[in-house]
Amino acid sequence: MAKRSFAVISLLMIASMVLTACAGGGGGGGESKIIKIATQSPLSGDMSVVGVDIKRGAELGVEQMGTALTEMGFKIELAPFDDQGNPDTGVANAKQIVSDPAILCVVGHYNSGVQIPSSEEYHNAGLANVSPANTNPKVTTRGYLEVNRIVGRDDVQGVVGADFAADQGMTSAFVVHDKTAYGQGIAEFFRQEAEETGIQVLGFEGTEEKANFDALLSPILAANPDVVYFGGMYGQAAVLFKQAREKGYMGMFLSDDGFDSSDAAKIGGQSLLDGNGAYYSTVSGPASVYPGTAKFIADFKAKYSSDPQPFAAQGYDSAGICLKAIEAAAKAKNGEMPTRAEVAQAIRALKDYAGITGTVTFNSIGDPLMAKYFVIQVGSADPTKWPENPIVQTLDIAPPAP
Amino acid sequence: MKRFFKSINVRELLRPLGQMIAFALGTAIFLSAIVLLLAILLDRGTVGQFTMERFKISLFSYTLANLPQVLIDGLTIGFVYAAIALGYTMVYGVLEFINFAHSEIFAVGAFVGIEILIALDSSGMLARASLGMAYAFLIFAILAGMIAAGALAVAVERVAYRPLRGAPRLVPLISAIGVSFLLQDAIRLVEGLTTGQFNRIFPTFGNFDQRLIFGEMALGASTVTLGISIKSIIVIVVAVLMLIGLNYMVNATKIGKAIRAVAQDRPTASLMGIDVNRIISLTFLVGGLLGGAAGVVYALKFTRIDPFVGFFPGLKAFTAAVMGGIGNLTGALLGGIVLGMLETFAGSYMGVFTMGAAGTEYKDIFAFAILILVLIFRPQGLMGENVSQKA
Repeated sequence: MAKRSFAVISLLMIASMVLTACAGGGGGGGESKIIKIATQSPLSGDMSVVGVDIKRGAELGVEQMGTALTEMGFKIELAPFDDQGNPDTGVANAKQIVSDPAILCVVGHYNSGVQIPSSEEYHNAGLANVSPANTNPKVTTRGYLEVNRIVGRDDVQGVVGADFAADQGMTSAFVVHDKTAYGQGIAEFFRQEAEETGIQVLGFEGTEEKANFDALLSPILAANPDVVYFGGMYGQAAVLFKQAREKGYMGMFLSDDGFDSSDAAKIGGQSLLDGNGAYYSTVSGPASVYPGTAKFIADFKAKYSSDPQPFAAQGYDSAGICLKAIEAAAKAKNGEMPTRAEVAQAIRALKDYAGITGTVTFNSIGDPLMAKYFVIQVGSADPTKWPENPIVQTLDIAPPAP
Repeated sequence: MKRFFKSINVRELLRPLGQMIAFALGTAIFLSAIVLLLAILLDRGTVGQFTMERFKISLFSYTLANLPQVLIDGLTIGFVYAAIALGYTMVYGVLEFINFAHSEIFAVGAFVGIEILIALDSSGMLARASLGMAYAFLIFAILAGMIAAGALAVAVERVAYRPLRGAPRLVPLISAIGVSFLLQDAIRLVEGLTTGQFNRIFPTFGNFDQRLIFGEMALGASTVTLGISIKSIIVIVVAVLMLIGLNYMVNATKIGKAIRAVAQDRPTASLMGIDVNRIISLTFLVGGLLGGAAGVVYALKFTRIDPFVGFFPGLKAFTAAVMGGIGNLTGALLGGIVLGMLETFAGSYMGVFTMGAAGTEYKDIFAFAILILVLIFRPQGLMGENVSQKA
């Protein structure tokens, strides 16, 4: 009995392997005209506020910009995946994604720590990935043909933060990070630049703590720095900032684009406005900053009855780039289904893609030729007013040479 | 009425209070002495120079200036650990089995309390509430969290542990771990379906965020203020009340006598006419009530919770119970206070003492190293032997 069921199972496994191999190799061979765009972002958990809107942005993009491909006889579908902001889940999803031959492009990842291991899978399968939000330099410096991003980089963003602090006359800083690839990375760039501009760095600490920052705050309060910098996500940063204010710290808080979520105001409330206030640098301004987004915001509100969170517009553009490249690749093949490699090459070959967040051309490693960076001040304790946070600085900076 | 007051055993009310004060003072003095001694020793070397350079103050004065605040913080988190540790230790005392699902029962209490407050907040009642009403709402939320967590604990015992009572000891343990994961995901599911997001934020109301300032201390170029936030006081008061209540119940009432009897010898207790199943359910109920209340005050103190919120406090509280001597109520209290203090001391001072090389992120290594030392030299825990009675 046991032997027999084993035989059946192995037969089934062989059959399924053969099937996937056929499908993967032949790309459907024209008989199936379904093209899928996958999204990977945290749809549940801490970071789902932003993650869900990345998916929604891409969904809206596929709906509105998929028409050119539909006219060519393809059926465009969105395949959303939930990476939970967790590298393990992201990689498991990535394995599932690359085994689905209909998926030609991945819009994805909110967290660099998830994108970096997951994109190894995309790279091995030759599957194109356009990232709407990942800022760690390593995302593109590995030089993979398949991996692109439409936002700036942490080695610039950390510098933007430190330069801003120096401009404001800050002379001392305490740097905290969340020990992830993203948070620690940006915190280190901040520290380097801070030291170069003459800001004294009084401490550099990593923490995975989510609730009780009492112990960490003792050295911070004793050092009493002009600015506390947090490299990481709002879930930790806002709690840390709130507890620091409760203990009487009145200096400035500064964080990164991981802080850019209305939930930060929900957690931090008034404590973000007291003292010298709270600021964050970001690679993605509120959707309303970009000239081309008026229609997007209106459509988004009509469909989901809420304002788009940061990176929703980038999700829309990433999906648009995927579709444009697939279209170009399909046209080059006289309307046949393009392969994954052709799509990846077509993305790199795009010239001046006119997205709603700006015009995108990728350099040889997949960074946009020019990226926007913002420094934004928290303007209200009311989470619904988060998109109206005043922008203090806007900068256009090219990525470091590849 | 007079007879009622006469029947109250004042000694059992005062004893735990005395113990708490003794433990808190003892731990505080012991740890303070160690760090101050270390500071004096290190002051002469490079560490002293480093502190002088950075804070314009000697290491000894730095340590001294920060000490009161560290003590207050350590005591607050210590009481939270103690309140959770009691749930572990009660169940262990009676059943000799570790209820790993207790951390999720704590989390459920926190979620129920916070959901009620969020609902009140969105109806606008919290914003309008006077100070007295704000406290009434908070107490209501704590009670609701207690009841939900208590009921859940009893249900878990009935469904997942009672059928396994005769089984080998590992079996209910594995069942407990299973229940723990099940509850975590159940919270995720329920929150995901009803609210669409499962990290919940404690609404701001009342005067809980305010901080009572006792004084300021000059620290080199800057000053540190010394104070305690109202919510920390609430945490301590709630924990102290629960600890006293529990101690009174176990040591001075008939039910407590029954619990102790079941803990000492289950078959004999049942021969004496004690309904063992009921007493065991009751033990879980009490553990759940304490866990639920601890959950709500934890959410109050630390603002933000998610379905995994129980894991670390649960682990630490379990550690505290083991450190104090599992199965022993006084031990859980001592273990909680010691662990909370140790953790806060390590987190606050390690950075300076090692010149920034090993900072706050390593505080747990320190606390758990102490646990290993305690277990090597006193496997029964700090209080394991001195007190023979269990439960």
